Amino acid sequence: MTLAMAPYMLAFLIFVVGLYAIVAKRNLIKVIVGLLILDYAANLLLVLVGYRTPAEGAPVAPILVGGAEKAADLAASAVDPLPQALVLTSIVIGLSVTALVVALAIRLHEKYGTFDTGLMRNLKG
Amino acid sequence: MQGMSPIVKNMTRLVAGFIVLFGVYIVLYGHMTPGGGFAGGVILAGGLALVVLAFGEEFARKALTHEAAKTADSIGAMLFLLIALLGYAGGVFFTNLLPVGEVGKLFSAGIIAPCNIAIGIKVGAGLFGVFVALAVFRRAGAGSSTGMIEG
Amino acid sequence: MDQVVPLLVAIPLAGGFLIPVIGRFTKSHRVTAILPIVMACGLLVIAILLLARPGETVVYWVGGWTFPIGISLVADGLSKLVVLIIAVVSLLALLFSLDYMTRYTSPGLYYGLFMLMVAGMVGVVISGDLFNIFVFLEIAGIASYALVAYGTEADELEASFKYLVLSAIASAFILLGIAFVYSVTGHLNLAKIAEVIRMGGGLTTPLYVAAAFFIMGFGLKAAMVPFHAWLPDAHPSAPAPISAMLSGVLIKACGVYVLCRLTFSVLGNHQAFGTILVVLGTLSMVLGALMAIGQGDLKRLLAYSSISQVGYVVLAVGAGLVGLGLAKDSEPLAAAARLAVFGGLFHLVNHAVFKSLLFLCSGSIEYATGSRRLDQLSGLGKRMPVTGWTLRVGALAISGVPPFGGFWSKVIIILALTHMAVLVHWAFYIPVALAVATAVVTLVYYAKVQRSILGGEPSDAAKGAREVPFAMCLASVLLAVLCLASALIVLPSVRARLVDPAVRVLSAGAGSTVEPATASEDSEARTPAAAQVAVKEGMTP
Repeated sequence: MTLAMAPYMLAFLIFVVGLYAIVAKRNLIKVIVGLLILDYAANLLLVLVGYRTPAEGAPVAPILVGGAEKAADLAASAVDPLPQALVLTSIVIGLSVTALVVALAIRLHEKYGTFDTGLMRNLKG
Repeated sequence: MQGMSPIVKNMTRLVAGFIVLFGVYIVLYGHMTPGGGFAGGVILAGGLALVVLAFGEEFARKALTHEAAKTADSIGAMLFLLIALLGYAGGVFFTNLLPVGEVGKLFSAGIIAPCNIAIGIKVGAGLFGVFVALAVFRRAGAGSSTGMIEG
Repeated sequence: MDQVVPLLVAIPLAGGFLIPVIGRFTKSHRVTAILPIVMACGLLVIAILLLARPGETVVYWVGGWTFPIGISLVADGLSKLVVLIIAVVSLLALLFSLDYMTRYTSPGLYYGLFMLMVAGMVGVVISGDLFNIFVFLEIAGIASYALVAYGTEADELEASFKYLVLSAIASAFILLGIAFVYSVTGHLNLAKIAEVIRMGGGLTTPLYVAAAFFIMGFGLKAAMVPFHAWLPDAHPSAPAPISAMLSGVLIKACGVYVLCRLTFSVLGNHQAFGTILVVLGTLSMVLGALMAIGQGDLKRLLAYSSISQVGYVVLAVGAGLVGLGLAKDSEPLAAAARLAVFGGLFHLVNHAVFKSLLFLCSGSIEYATGSRRLDQLSGLGKRMPVTGWTLRVGALAISGVPPFGGFWSKVIIILALTHMAVLVHWAFYIPVALAVATAVVTLVYYAKVQRSILGGEPSDAAKGAREVPFAMCLASVLLAVLCLASALIVLPSVRARLVDPAVRVLSAGAGSTVEPATASEDSEARTPAAAQVAVKEGMTP
């Protein structure tokens, strides 16, 4: 494992932290936080996949200025735009899933008066 | 929730319009600058949420209702789908019918700008609806709805 | 004609957003239900139009942008088959909802979410690239989480929460897999990924990792046994028509279909993945049936039985995958593999029909008596003759009693597995024996269901029961007729139209199905040869 792999490994570490939170925590809110961490770790990895180091200088944002003739220059120096678009979509999906899961948690709190999954009938373990 | 102190209310009066304006700007210029429908819509929803937080539940029930948010949400989505279906007039689903124009001008990029507007409406209304459903009407009407679901 | 493909997604999506608005202006369930039923009919018409040209693969580039910028929608044999199943089951479930859903509030929200779920499923099935599959998967998923929680009682909320959390974990794994595949191949278009993998000389380590993530993620969506924990809670908690949709279609469109597509057509190292699918399928088949025996709740029993029956499908498809991986020159082995794939897809069709029927029947019983506990129900056969007979038909079909479709598909699966055992490895006798044993176990617990619910003297709960309203009966009867009609798929002429194109798509192997430009010529060229082989080997059982 070289140093270049380190960011990817860290993204994985975050992923595992999220998984741990979902599996081990008994509080609904903590489970939701774990879910978010999991989601963001996957997004982070996707962005990292799109990162490219150009031959010289730092990579730039993939915005085309100055017409089509500059496209080749941009392709040589910019990061890959596709994973960024994917991550944006994935964040939107994550937003709606989070809204729904929070609404469910609030309803569950109304029913049971607690966020502790150990006290709910079907959510143990 | 009765609204916050007069200081907050006055500041909100001053600022909210600008926040919403900024959201509209981000939506309209989405095809040229970073941002676009989603980011602008989130800012719009943030501005509206600020108003509701400052002026309280009563205001939300009168002026910025959950129902209105739901309707605007559906309208935004339908607008987007309509743009896509209009592509059939040009032969293919979702094809570009508008002139492409010149890169960097406001009226350019074909259907991307109308799409951004539709997404802006959808996301702004949808996110604000989520906020209202989760924050304001929870205590008032348990059992009124399952919450906003579409994102 | 090709122009109709995007409408498959656009129509239900429009429904998903229009219907809640309509629902604000009317409190009537029937008025709200008109639009979704019309839309489902439209979907069915489009599906039949597409199936009218069986051997053809339609590749549609959205917006006229072609590779590498554009997004493609692909309707090949397999997609068309699954779209047809989705259209039929959703139409009948909507018909059932007409009367059943009157006891729930806010019909606009219900039908809107229903159509959104249909849009997601159809989208998964006709997407030609990996990321759109993920997006539509999430659309279908979000709609189904909300529908599972629709009753907003504690049980339903908990089931929905569990379903959501596990499903979100699956999605995260799928997204990781997508990141791996993109980083290695640089493409998201399925055909292009397959081509790059084939040109690059097969799978590298990152791709194996991605495949593991995909099998885990989609296996969770398909409720394969190590990942099945959410299904027995989620499916029974939903309203009955939604249970029918979830068990009948959703786990297939979002789980089994994508698994097949990725392993057969994209990744391409057949044998390893095939073995994994065989093991997972066998486990699900056996354990699902064993867990179903002890259930006292009718819908929960049906949910466990779904795990078991989907296990059959995955087992057969996995065996086909193993066979295709080994059948470099051996034509008998390839024929056996194709037979296994055919059996799996045939069983998939059958399971969609009879499991939807059984869930709708359980809904009718709950509607009439207010209970779904087996120990509280008896003597309903006389009280509710239509529901009783349709329940009998469904139970017989799922237990594999001739002449229903379920019998033929199980026979074909077992036959194909026996071929595989002779030709490949004796170890295939294990799933053969287990498949036969599971069929017997299935027969036993469905016999128990029939005897306890339909036979005997009416219990307290059943005393006041009356036959359910017309629309609910009609939906059940139509599905019961389909249970019988699906046996017709064994006839070569029907089979050549419906299932064979799908088998051909899968057995063609990696890199040759969702080809951007050359797909239609390719499949035209393959058709006669494959058909001849099928005739020669006498694959008709």
